[in-house]
Amino acid sequence: MSAAGRSMGLRGYALLYLLFLYAPVILLPLFAFNDSAIIAFPLSGFTTAAFTQLWETPALHAAVWNSLKVGVAAALISTALGICAARAATRSRFPGKRPIMGLIMAPLVLPEIIIAVALLIVLVQLGMPLSLWTVALGHVLICTPFAVAILSSAFLALDQSLEEASLDLGETRVGTFFRVTLPLVAPGIVASLLISFTLSLDEFIIAFFLTGSDATLPVYIWSQLRFTAKLPSVMALGFLLLLFSLLLLIAAEWFRRRARRGAGDEGWI
Amino acid sequence: MNAPLIALDRVEKRFGAFTALHGVSAEIREGEFFSLLGPSGCGKTTLLRCIAGFEQPTGGEIRIDGGSMEGVPANRRPTNMVFQSYAIFPHLDVAQNVGYGLRRLGLKREEAARRVEEALAMVDLAGYGARPSGKLSGGQRQRVALARALVMRPRVLLLDEPLSALDKKLREQMQAELRRLQRAVGITFILVTHDQEEALIMSDRIAVMFDGRIAQVADSETLYRRPVSRRVAAFIGVMNFLEARVSAASGSGIEAEIEGLGRVALRAEQAPGGAAGALSAGVRPELLSLLWPGESAERTAEGVVEDVVYYGYMTDFAVRLDGMARPLTVSMRNAAGRRAPAKGERVRVGWSTESVVLLA
Repeated sequence: MSAAGRSMGLRGYALLYLLFLYAPVILLPLFAFNDSAIIAFPLSGFTTAAFTQLWETPALHAAVWNSLKVGVAAALISTALGICAARAATRSRFPGKRPIMGLIMAPLVLPEIIIAVALLIVLVQLGMPLSLWTVALGHVLICTPFAVAILSSAFLALDQSLEEASLDLGETRVGTFFRVTLPLVAPGIVASLLISFTLSLDEFIIAFFLTGSDATLPVYIWSQLRFTAKLPSVMALGFLLLLFSLLLLIAAEWFRRRARRGAGDEGWI
Repeated sequence: MNAPLIALDRVEKRFGAFTALHGVSAEIREGEFFSLLGPSGCGKTTLLRCIAGFEQPTGGEIRIDGGSMEGVPANRRPTNMVFQSYAIFPHLDVAQNVGYGLRRLGLKREEAARRVEEALAMVDLAGYGARPSGKLSGGQRQRVALARALVMRPRVLLLDEPLSALDKKLREQMQAELRRLQRAVGITFILVTHDQEEALIMSDRIAVMFDGRIAQVADSETLYRRPVSRRVAAFIGVMNFLEARVSAASGSGIEAEIEGLGRVALRAEQAPGGAAGALSAGVRPELLSLLWPGESAERTAEGVVEDVVYYGYMTDFAVRLDGMARPLTVSMRNAAGRRAPAKGERVRVGWSTESVVLLA
């Protein structure tokens, strides 16, 4: 096959791949604005009725509110833990560092259903009632590896001699943290908060297992899928959730790149 | 003779099983430009970091102004450092960088601003205060780092390879400027460098370090002319080594037989490391000369030119003297009206016994 032909072939493959990946996502807004309760082509007409319906469903508002609470808690806690872990990982040497960091990062690759079931068993054994707190706890577990990864790269990009220079110029360790370290890793911290929040907002399995009577947004969406009449509004909700997550991720990525450049690292990764 | 400002008393530093400093002792005088010179990994930066307080020695003691630095953190030492990476705070502008350390001194606002301006003027950056630090060139970053340290009016300024990131022209310019600055402010400078030429040009005294030990402390000329060991001699500049055998040594003089040069009578100071174990003789290439017919020298030897390397302002000749296995390097400054001998030509090499140094 000629070089040009091969290049065409690869391009076609890439296009098919992207289509397979994103076509279902494009269906969301399509059917969210469709004037029919049945999810099928051809489209029958344009309407925003589904969105109006969302506005008038108190159960949905409660679910959004629950998700926000869980998301904020998970983001704050996992980022705080992430700062400590990332600092230890990048600034100190101690015995057992590699296995410890490995265990912290493990939830990245563990199947969520396993984590969810394991957590449920432990919580029930401990006699803890299921609530939004238990969901937040589960989310902290899966968000922390992301926070550690983002913050580690922020701390690594921070030239250690900057902190030494501050000490050398008479500043205390605490003063150095606030005048040099924090301003320089701040974009990384913001990125970590945004990503953790987004992960928690979209997370379903752990929330499904660990939630009590208060459903988070993904759990609520799942519960609505049983009713055919509700499908357009679920589509609309999914579309909004997608838009919101996308915005958060773009913001997080912007901050993450700024964190790397701000600390003197010009690399664009 | 000035009193020692810094006393290094058998300073030892171990990192686990690795010993970076094997009980280093030295005294650095007030107002001196002192260099720590050595190849990478010799412990010079570790020693500097011990003085600054970033590393704690595992043995021995460092005294500054007579006071022990044991347990004194970096932020309470009368030292300031210019980092190899300059460590300019990227989120602050030039004036905020220079004024960073003044904040804890409790100065009045105007007083601090005046000192920042003064420091910037000292490094030729007057009027640069409002520039963001990201917009500075390498040379400017270096000046900001210098101003930021000098504004603190330290007892000792520590410089960790400050010129290694600059290109050759700028480096030479900064060497002269650093020297001028040091004389102007009268602060003791300790410079860490692996560049022997830089150390020779700038320093009042140099400590040559190998493998965590100081091999020799001396002024530039002594270090170059009278190195105490073959290793120091090879590290500083270029040196021809010849086999030598000491036949007689007394307090007043030494007699030795040198390969290719013959029997010589030397003064005792020409064996700075002691005559007893001396096994080789060293002669600098520029202290040997190729003689033209009619020219004379204190001593002469004959040989054949084996190679010619032209440097523009000078030429190196590899000359194998009669009876020698390896050639010597003879450096000659290129002068008008002088024809350089070609490869294969027989030449006379002139030298003087004063140029010879005996080494272990």
